[in-house]
Amino acid sequence: MEELKVANDTTQFIVIRLGDEQYGIDIKYIDNILRMQKITRVPKVAPYLKGVINLRGEVLPVMSIRIKMGLEEDVVTKSSRIIVIKMEQQGMIGIIVDEVKEVVTLETAQIEKVAYASKDEKDNFIYGIGKYEGGLISLLDLNLVVPENS
Amino acid sequence: MDVSQYLEIFLDETNEHLQNLNTQILILEQEPDNMDTINEIFRAAHSLKGMAGTMGYKRMQNLTHDMENVFSEVRNGNITVKANMIDILFQCLDALEEYNTNIRESADEGTNDNEPLIKQLNAILKGGSDAEPEKTAAPAAKPEAAAETGSQKWQEMKLGESEQTVIAEALHQGKKAYGMTVKVQEACILKAARAFLVFKAVEEFGEIIYSNPSAQDIEDEKFDLDFSLIVVADEALDKVLQAVKSVSEIEDVAGGVYEAGKYVAPPEKAERETEVSEEKTVKEEAPVKKEPVKEVPVKEAPVKAEIQKTEAPKAAEPPAAPKAAPAANRNDKKAGTGKPIVNRTVRVDIEKLDTLMNLVSELIIAKNSLVSASATVEGNSNSEVNDQIEYLESVTTSLHESVMKVRMVPIESVVTKFPRMIRDLSKKLDKKMELYMSGEETELDRTVVDEIGDPLMHLLRNSADHGLESAEVRKERGKPEVGSIFLDAYQDGNNVVIEVRDDGNGIDTESVKNKGIERGVITPEQAEIMTEKEIIDLLFNAGFSTAKTVSDVSGRGVGLDVVKSKIEALSGEVEVKTKLGEGSTWIIRLPLTLAIIQALMVVIGGEKYAISLGSIQTLEDIPASDVKLVQNKEVIHLRDIVIPLIRMTEILDIESTKDPNENLVVVIVKKGDKYAGLVVDELIGQQEIVIKSMGKYINKCKIISGATILGDGEVALILDANALI
Repeated sequence: MEELKVANDTTQFIVIRLGDEQYGIDIKYIDNILRMQKITRVPKVAPYLKGVINLRGEVLPVMSIRIKMGLEEDVVTKSSRIIVIKMEQQGMIGIIVDEVKEVVTLETAQIEKVAYASKDEKDNFIYGIGKYEGGLISLLDLNLVVPENS
Repeated sequence: MDVSQYLEIFLDETNEHLQNLNTQILILEQEPDNMDTINEIFRAAHSLKGMAGTMGYKRMQNLTHDMENVFSEVRNGNITVKANMIDILFQCLDALEEYNTNIRESADEGTNDNEPLIKQLNAILKGGSDAEPEKTAAPAAKPEAAAETGSQKWQEMKLGESEQTVIAEALHQGKKAYGMTVKVQEACILKAARAFLVFKAVEEFGEIIYSNPSAQDIEDEKFDLDFSLIVVADEALDKVLQAVKSVSEIEDVAGGVYEAGKYVAPPEKAERETEVSEEKTVKEEAPVKKEPVKEVPVKEAPVKAEIQKTEAPKAAEPPAAPKAAPAANRNDKKAGTGKPIVNRTVRVDIEKLDTLMNLVSELIIAKNSLVSASATVEGNSNSEVNDQIEYLESVTTSLHESVMKVRMVPIESVVTKFPRMIRDLSKKLDKKMELYMSGEETELDRTVVDEIGDPLMHLLRNSADHGLESAEVRKERGKPEVGSIFLDAYQDGNNVVIEVRDDGNGIDTESVKNKGIERGVITPEQAEIMTEKEIIDLLFNAGFSTAKTVSDVSGRGVGLDVVKSKIEALSGEVEVKTKLGEGSTWIIRLPLTLAIIQALMVVIGGEKYAISLGSIQTLEDIPASDVKLVQNKEVIHLRDIVIPLIRMTEILDIESTKDPNENLVVVIVKKGDKYAGLVVDELIGQQEIVIKSMGKYINKCKIISGATILGDGEVALILDANALI
C-alpha cells in the first residue's frame, strides 16, 4: 500500500538538452530514441516539419522542436537524437533534440506548476518546472509542442 | 443450436439473392414471357425462403413464401405478369431488404409483418389459381415415395456407364465398392455443412463415385433428410460407416457392399422414383448437375421415364447458366470423372487479406534492400547471387499480383442495384429514362468497391433529376422522349475510370455563376474572371444546389461535395465535362491498387522521388533550345502536341544540380487527355514500390501522394502527377 502511494506521486522524465537549457519529457509518451539519420525533406509543409524517416518499415514525420519554439536552427552533432513520441490522438512523431541526458524521477512536490504566459516564446510550451539535484528542468507540455492534426 | 455464427453468411447470401431478384424482376417487366427469368426468380425466392426459415426469421419466411407462390403461379401460366404486380413485387423486395438491414443491425428481423403486402400477394394469387390443388398434391406424393424406399435408398440408385466403369476398375484393383444412405437429424440446421463433413470423412477412405442427389444439390441444400453415396475404398465398410457416424447431427447411416447390376430397381419402382425426382426438379429447380442421371442406360428404365428425365433438366438448365457458369463448367468436368466435388471457394475476412498484403509489402521492401545491397558489392559480382535475386524479384512480383487479384472484385456488386433505382426514379420524377451500363466486370480493390456505391448513386440521381429534361422539353428540343443515362466502367492504365453520362440539359454555367453569387460563394467580380471549369467546380462546393425546386431525390445541396470528398478519400478524382443542351459526363478516376505500384525513380535537386509508372507516357531528352514560351509559360512541341513544362525544382523549392544548358530530362505524364512534361535532373530506373502513408502530421502537400522506403532504408517521396497537371 505504502509503495503504491509513492509510485502514484512520482513521474519519470527523460531529460534532454536544447542549447543550454534542460527540458523534461514525461516518459510515458516516449516510444523510442534514435540516433540522427538522414531525414527526407518534404516540400510545402510548415518549416518546423523537417521531413520523414524510416522507423522499422514505417514512415515517421520528424519535427524540429527548436524551430517550433522559436530557437535557432538545429545543428546536428554526434549527440543529436530523434525522440519518437507517441501521442494517443495524433499518432507518432519524431522530435530532434541536441542531447539525451538521463532519466529522472520527480515527486509531485518537486514540480512547480507555471501558469503565467511568458513573453519568451519558448516558455509557452512548458507546464511546470522540476527541481532536481540543485538544477532546474523545464517540463514540456507535449500537447502544445506537437502540432495539431491538420 | 446457435445460428449466430452463420449470420454473416446468411446476410451476404440474402443480399446476393435480393440483388438477383431485383435484376430479374426488372427483366421480367420488359419481357413478361421470359421463362428463364421466371425460373430464376422462383429459384432465388425459394432459396431466400429456405434460408430465412433455417435462421428462424419467420416474418421474412412468410413474405418470401407468398412471393414464391405468386411466382409459381406465373410459371404455371395461371397468372400473367402485370405492371401493378411488378410494383408489388418490388415493394416486397424493399420489405425484405428492410428485414435484412434489421437483422444486420440487431440480429433480429423486426416486428413489421408487412400484412398489406401479403394481402396484395394473395389477391394476385386469387386472380387465377386453378393449379393450387395440383401443387399441394405434389409434396404429398414425395414423402410417400421416400418412406417406401426407406433407409436403404442407395440400392435404388442407378449409375451411369462411366460410374460403372470406374467401379469395375476399382474392384479389379482389389478395392471395394460400398453403397450407403446417410440420414441427418431433423433438427439439423445446416444440412449442407453436415453433408460436406460426411463427404470429407468418406473421402479420407476412398473416392465418392456417385451421389444422389448430386453434390451440387447437396451443397445447395436441395435434399430432404437423407442422401446416398457410392464409394470406392480400401478399408472395411464398418470403418467408413463409423467415420460417417462420427459426424455430429447424423442420425443414421445404412450401408452395404455395392454389387454392380444387382440393385437395379424393378421398372415399376424406377418409374415412380423418376417421377419423384422429376417432381423435385420442377419444384426445386435443381439446376445443372443432372447429367449423371441422364446417362442411365435405356434398357434399365422405361422409355417414357427416360424422356421425361432428359427434358426436365434441360428446361431447368439455361436459367442457372449465366450466374453459375464458371462453377458449373468446373462441376461438369468433375462430373465426367464421376467424382462429385464440393464447392472450392472460401470466404475470407478482409482483415486477413490486409495482413497478407502488409506482409507482401514488407517482403518487397526486404527484396529491394537485397537488390541494392548486391548492387553495392559490385567488385566481386557473383552471378549466382544475382540470378537468385532476379528470381526472387519475379516471385515477389507475382506474389503481389496474386494477392492483389484476390482483393479485386468486379464493380458489378454495386452497380446491379442501379437499374432498379433508375426505374423507381423514373416513376417518382415522372420522367422517362433508361440506364445503359457497360463494364460491370471491371475489377477494383474490395475496399474501393465497398465505398464507391454511394458516390455513384449520387451522380446517377443527379443526372436523373437535374440532368435529364422532362419529356415535353425533350420533345421540343428534338431529342428522343426517353432520356438516356450511361454508366460505363473501364480500365485505363493503372486507373479505373467510371463515367456517368446523360443526354440531358448539361450544366448551365450562367445559372451556376448566378447561384454562386447569390449564395455568397463567390463575388460578382470573381465571377467575371472565372473560367468555365472553375465555375463548374463550384458545384462541388458544400451547400450548393442549382435545381430550382428541391426534390427528395436530389438537390439538398449535399451530394456533389460528398461525392468529391469520398472519391478523394479513395485517392481518386472526379471531373465533369458538359455541353449545354447536350448533356454532361462525370468522370471518376480511381487507382487500381492502393498499396504497391511500379514507379520510375528520378532525382530532382539531389533528392530521390518516385513517379507512378501508370501516369507516365514517355521519357524525352529535350535540348534546352527547344523550350518555347507561350503566354509566358514554358512549353515543348512534341509529335504535334504542345506540352506545358513543369520545372520540378521550382515546385519542390529546391536548386537543380544540373547545368541549365544541358539537355532537359522530361517525363511526359498524362491525365485523361491532358499532358504535362515534368523536368527532372536525372533518371534512376523503374522500381516496385510500397506506398506508405506519411502520417497525420503531413497531409497538406497535395503534390506528394505518399512515401516509400527504398532498398537502402531511405525514404523517398511519391509525386502525384495527377495533382501537378
